[in-house]
Amino acid sequence: MARGTRIGLLVGTGIVVLFLWIPLVIIGVYAFNESNIQSWPISGFSTKWFGEAWDNPEVRDGFWLSVKAALGATGIAIVLGGLLSFALYRFDFFGRNVISFLVVLPIALPGIVTGMALNRFFSAVSLDLSLWTIMIGHATFCMVLVFNNVIARLRRTSPSLIEASMDLGADGWQTFRYVTWPSVATAIVAGALLAFALSFDEVIVTYFTAGANNTLPLVIFGYIREGLRLPAVNAIALVVIALTIIPVTISQRLTRDTGVLSRE
Amino acid sequence: MAVDVGRAGSSIRGARGRVSGFLWRRPRLRAIGLLIPPLGWIGLVYLAALVALLLSGFHTVDSFTGKIQGNWTLDNFRQIFSLDDTTYLRIAWQTIWIAAAVTVTDAILAFPIAFYMARVASSRVRALLFVLVLLPLWSSYIVRVYAWRVILKEDGILNWTLGKLGLPPADIGFTNTAMWLVFSYVWLPFMILPVYAALERVPESYIEASRDLGARGFRTFRTVILPLALPGLVAGSIFTFSLTLGDYLTPVLIGGPGSQFIGNVIFANVGVANNVPFAAAYAMVPIVVVGVYLIIAKRLGAFDAL
Repeated sequence: MARGTRIGLLVGTGIVVLFLWIPLVIIGVYAFNESNIQSWPISGFSTKWFGEAWDNPEVRDGFWLSVKAALGATGIAIVLGGLLSFALYRFDFFGRNVISFLVVLPIALPGIVTGMALNRFFSAVSLDLSLWTIMIGHATFCMVLVFNNVIARLRRTSPSLIEASMDLGADGWQTFRYVTWPSVATAIVAGALLAFALSFDEVIVTYFTAGANNTLPLVIFGYIREGLRLPAVNAIALVVIALTIIPVTISQRLTRDTGVLSRE
Repeated sequence: MAVDVGRAGSSIRGARGRVSGFLWRRPRLRAIGLLIPPLGWIGLVYLAALVALLLSGFHTVDSFTGKIQGNWTLDNFRQIFSLDDTTYLRIAWQTIWIAAAVTVTDAILAFPIAFYMARVASSRVRALLFVLVLLPLWSSYIVRVYAWRVILKEDGILNWTLGKLGLPPADIGFTNTAMWLVFSYVWLPFMILPVYAALERVPESYIEASRDLGARGFRTFRTVILPLALPGLVAGSIFTFSLTLGDYLTPVLIGGPGSQFIGNVIFANVGVANNVPFAAAYAMVPIVVVGVYLIIAKRLGAFDAL
């Protein structure tokens, strides 16, 4: 490869990495801004906004609501996504494509459409909007993350392992417990972590399924739109970035070979 | 073959064995049993309501009582595609146009880094770049959009930097330009990853062969690498295009008064205007556009690249 091309590629790569990271770094810097005025450069260093954010009951309630909703949604997504992948990995029929398409739909359609559809379901069965409806809504679009991760792992696991186990006299449960489960456990955890991160961040579907309850992203959205408590928003933003980066990093490590987006 | 514990062993184990042996011999039955909960969930919670919602686009709302009327009509679509009042056509066009601009921008930005990762970088550097691309993708969407609001504001870091360089301020906050920039930012990793995957699969021997046959760098790029990377580019464009097309938040937080997107009109009709049928009808515009786009993408081999 010509030297010029190589340098050009390196420069292009550098620009993109800076482009991707500078905004995140800037939010990190603003979180420690002493002043409550959002101008650049920041006027001094302070950690007071973290305390202020945490002392705000709206923020704290929103945080716990988000955690509960994400945990519940992830739990449901593990069960449903897991079942789906176990049902489908050995078959290659037309229906498989249709089913894969159906599970992607809630995440592929605009969030506002998915939100309206879920909202319509809840009002049709007269279920009041609450923590439970947020969980049900989030589980619907998180299922696909567990499904994708687990089916990728299952398709790489040799079916002869399961046959060997059965031939050696293990029953279905024992085979699942000692052969299948160990080979898919990390894929399930990885999918679950991604589902948690996605649910924890979601705004627009949540808006249609939360009613009067505000998850943390909805609280942040409200503050930004109204221009309220922006210094606290900076601090929350930094914490939220950290909270979503941790599960994704772990998930990535667990599925280096079959991660949802990894191609390694 | 499977288990034969009926004669010996406890009766519980025997029963379990019989059940598992029965299912083991009937994989289709087992698959159906496993499929019922997830498919039931999707069908009941989501699909039924989605279909009902979209069908309501063929009804109208009584402007006096606010109730949905029972008769079937194309009035909502007439209003959307009206040539007398082009408000909705204009907003749809603006949305599609910005989504296309974002897609092209991301394709241009993604190519060099994807190429570098796939064909130049050592495996260590590649792993590092992978993390650097992946983490922004998964970190909070609303926070990333908000970061740009802080950067682009009048006394923000952009104008400060321009001032230091002796350049005039670029007041692009709350404009369509700002939206184009922010959309290109938030969806960029979605373009990098599939392009990387496509480039990684190009056999080195193809490039060598092209060179042996006398093609120079650019010729090899244009006639060998680019066609082979195309499915990856199209796969990435599915994300950048359809995610921009359906967005609601960025126009609210970054756009100005004239920056309405399809999503904002839908939102306003669900909330303030209480006209769900019109919202449903307008929602079909992005769904149909993306549907057509997906068919074209499939023709171009994008799904094999995903």
